[in-house]
Order: sequence, then structure tokens, then C-alpha cells
Amino acid sequence: MLQVDGLTTRYGALTALHAVSVTVRPGELVALVGPNGAGKTTLLSSVVGLLTPSSGSVMFDGHLTTGTDPAVMVSAGLALVPERRRIFKDLTVAENLRLAGVTANKRDRSARMQEMAELFPVLREKWDVSAGFLSGGQAQQLAVARALMSGPKMLLLDEPCLGLAPTMVDVVFDLLESLRADGRTLLVVEQQAQRVLGIADRGYVLRTGSIVAEGTGPELAGRSDLFDTYVGGSA
Amino acid sequence: MTEFIQNLIDGLGKGSTYALLAVGVSMLFGVMHLVNFAHGELLTVSAYVMYFMRREDIAWVWVIPVAVLAAVLLSVLIEFTAFRRVRNAGPFTLLLTSFALEILSHAVWRTGVSAKPQRYTAPDITTKTFSLGAVRVEWWDVMSIAAAVLSLIATAIILRKTIFGLSIRAAAEDFDAARLMGVRANRVISGAFAFAGLLAGIAGIFFLVRRGQADPRMGAEPLLKGVIAAAIGGLGSIPGAVVGGLALGVAEVYAYSLLPRDLQGMYNSVVFGLIVVLFVVRPQGLFNVQNAERV
Repeated sequence: MLQVDGLTTRYGALTALHAVSVTVRPGELVALVGPNGAGKTTLLSSVVGLLTPSSGSVMFDGHLTTGTDPAVMVSAGLALVPERRRIFKDLTVAENLRLAGVTANKRDRSARMQEMAELFPVLREKWDVSAGFLSGGQAQQLAVARALMSGPKMLLLDEPCLGLAPTMVDVVFDLLESLRADGRTLLVVEQQAQRVLGIADRGYVLRTGSIVAEGTGPELAGRSDLFDTYVGGSA
Repeated sequence: MTEFIQNLIDGLGKGSTYALLAVGVSMLFGVMHLVNFAHGELLTVSAYVMYFMRREDIAWVWVIPVAVLAAVLLSVLIEFTAFRRVRNAGPFTLLLTSFALEILSHAVWRTGVSAKPQRYTAPDITTKTFSLGAVRVEWWDVMSIAAAVLSLIATAIILRKTIFGLSIRAAAEDFDAARLMGVRANRVISGAFAFAGLLAGIAGIFFLVRRGQADPRMGAEPLLKGVIAAAIGGLGSIPGAVVGGLALGVAEVYAYSLLPRDLQGMYNSVVFGLIVVLFVVRPQGLFNVQNAERV
């Protein structure tokens, strides 16, 4: 589904990613873990086209998409739930969702909004409320619902549990598992490394811009040598 | 009392033109973080369209839509040829680009047509009045206020109810997040320029038809008023731009009528003085706006 090959991304003189390769097969939940500043967000941004990599390639759904505009990637079926959610606070919940259906036709858009209202009862209660008034957990659900509005084949989630209360973290993890059960392909960046590796099919560990380990979820979760070196490694 | 109402109508008439310009200025600031000093040139092109078409005796019913269309096309054209190239540059580059476009436009009209004002006759409707009690009201003022109100209502509906409007609002809040939702950057920016051009074109009709002349530098003053109105309301805020425009128009007319006859020419200074006071008290403008994300 997604094949990242030898991706290098620079911010000016600083190289944030060094020849990173990551593969996600259809229907998989893949975890990408690593300390702050490892380049996780840079990797996701380079995959969706917010950043243009200086070398390497990105293949999505059988097409070479390196450096393609994010809006085009959405149409192709790849949606990113960005770090810190970045929901539109000036728009209502319904408007956020409607806008996120910009790539769909009118009928699909209405049908999906209906679907989201059923999938996220919390959002239905706040339908016409400005999204700026949502709590962290509600906002995260909106961020995921918004990404689902485009009917993506694959979802990238960047730190979906960041800043959430422990009970809301449980809700997000349940949501990840139910998305996978629906057959969606997922690539999840998460600080709570052990926990996300616990549910992941496979995982990658990124450190200072390079992949330092890869393997199945449980395999990586069991390797204490990878996680005791940085804060946030344990769930 | 009569004078008060008279001034209010005059002020709203003037202010509605400012409001239409200010909404455009504010919208472009929202999506691009750009104060577009070339925006006033849209009025200039409309005025020259009026001059050229009226010289050929073409009826106003044809002249007006063509003049509005010219403003829309020029707006889209300057985005496509100039601002698109420097979109990722700093705000200072964008600002300089807009000044360059303004100067270029002045030069084009000066060398291509003439530095002298080109006159055309305003239609009779612009001088017709009716009595409302003791108040003499100009039909043209009523029409321009009505058209501005309708345009602003339509703008509000478009911003709330259409995908295009939601895209503009979302892009103003967080441009990259909007792109991640599938909003095409070029499309929303061209759309914003076209829409701002349309509003400027509508503002232009009421201002220009009565004005009766086209000259190269004529766009500068109304644009300045539009920018000030947008800043009064809080750059980036659409409701703020409307309130700012109307307040500015009304303040100008009252300042003019309250000053002694010898000093009436200084009404602008009085208004600017008031604006300075406003910015000391509320530097962010009347309406709070979150800092718009740059493209």
C-alpha cells in the first residue's frame, strides 16, 4: 500500500531524515516510534507531500507519489491526522467534517457525515458547536472523523494520544483497533511506544532520522534495549 | 436631526464601498497573509473600461457587467502572474510585490492612455433624489447601500454554506491543515482573488459611475481606505471588515460636517487621529482574529 524508499528530507542545512525506508502492506497497522526529534513527523509530512524530500521515493497504492501535493494525495486515498490535531477552531464540528469531504461528491459527503455522526456520538452532540470549544478527546475524535471523510484507503496518524487524559487514550486505542478491523491500513506515530507496538502488526523505530530497528509489534515491544534510552518509551 | 440622518445615509453610502473593498482585503490577508496594495487597481481598470465603452456610446447595462468582470479578471491575473511566484516568500516580499503591481498599473495607464483624467458622463440616475421628510436622499446612495448589503449577505452565506467558503475560512485558519483535507491551494487562492475582485468590482460600480472619470492613480485612495477599514475591524476578520468599512465612512462624513467650514478639508486628519487612538487602545482591531497561517 505504502512504500517509502531511501527517503531523505532536509530543512536547509539540517538533514532530518537519512535514507529512511518503510513499507506498509494493505490492512496492516504499522507503528512508527522513537524519541522526540527523531523525524517521525518529518517522515509523515514527506509522505503526504507537505514537505518535499531531497531524495528517495514514495509509492502509494502502486503509483509513484514523491512530492505530490497533499490535496492530491487525499484524492488518491491517503489521509493524515496531523500532530496536535489542527482542527479548524473557527468552524463548527459539522463544517469541519463538510470541508474534509471536499474531495467527495455531494452524495458521498452527506452519507459520510451521517456515518461519522453514528460512529462518534460525542461529535453528534456538538454538531453545530465551534470546534474550538471541544475538549482534547473530542477534538481528537473530530480529527480522525475529518480524515475519514475523504474515504481514505490508508490513514496516517501523528501522535493521536498527545495531550489526552488516560481514559481518552483508551478511546483512541479502541478506535485504532476498530479502524483496522474495518480493513483500513494504518501508520501510527506514537509516543506511547510499548502500547502501540502491543496492538501493531509491525513497527519501526526511528532515531535521529534513521530507522534503527524494525520487526513485528510484539517483537519490538519486548526489546527493552530500544526503549530505556529515551523518555516516553514506556506506556 | 435632519442633518444627522442625512450624514448617516451619506456615511453608510461611502462606508459600504469601503466595506466591500475591506472584505476583499481581509479575505486575501486571511488566506495569504498579504496586504494587497494592488487591490485598488481593480477599481482603476473598471473605470477605464467605463471610459472606453462609454466613448463608444455603449449602454450602461453592458458597461457595468463588463467593468465588474474586468476587476475579477485582473484580480485573478495578478495572482496568477505575480503572487503565485512568490507565495512561499516572506511577508515583506509579498508586500513589495503588491506595491510593484500598483506602480506598474499606474505606469500602464499613464503611458498607454494618458496621465490626464479621462472623463465620461455619469448617467442621470446618479443625481436623482427623493424626499424623505425633510431629508433629501440620493437614489444612487440608496442603491449602493442596498447592493452592498446584498453583496455582504451573499458573502456571509457563501462563507458559511458552500465548500468554497468553508475552504477560504479553513485556509485562513490553518492553510496546511486545509491542504491535508484535500483543499487545493491554487484553487482556494485563485478563488479568493476572484471573489475579492468581484466585491471590488461591485464597490467600483457605485463609486465610479458617479465619479465620471478615470485616471491612473485613482485606485490608491479607496484602497487605502479599504485597508484601513480592514485593519480597524481586525485584518483577516470578515465581519470586522464590514463594521470597519461602515464606521470609517460614517466617521468621515460626520468629521466633515462637524468641522468649521475653513477646516473641512482636514476631515481625513480627524478620522486618522481617531484611528490612531483606536489602535493605541486595541492594536488588534475591533474583532479578534487568530494569526492566520501563511501559505
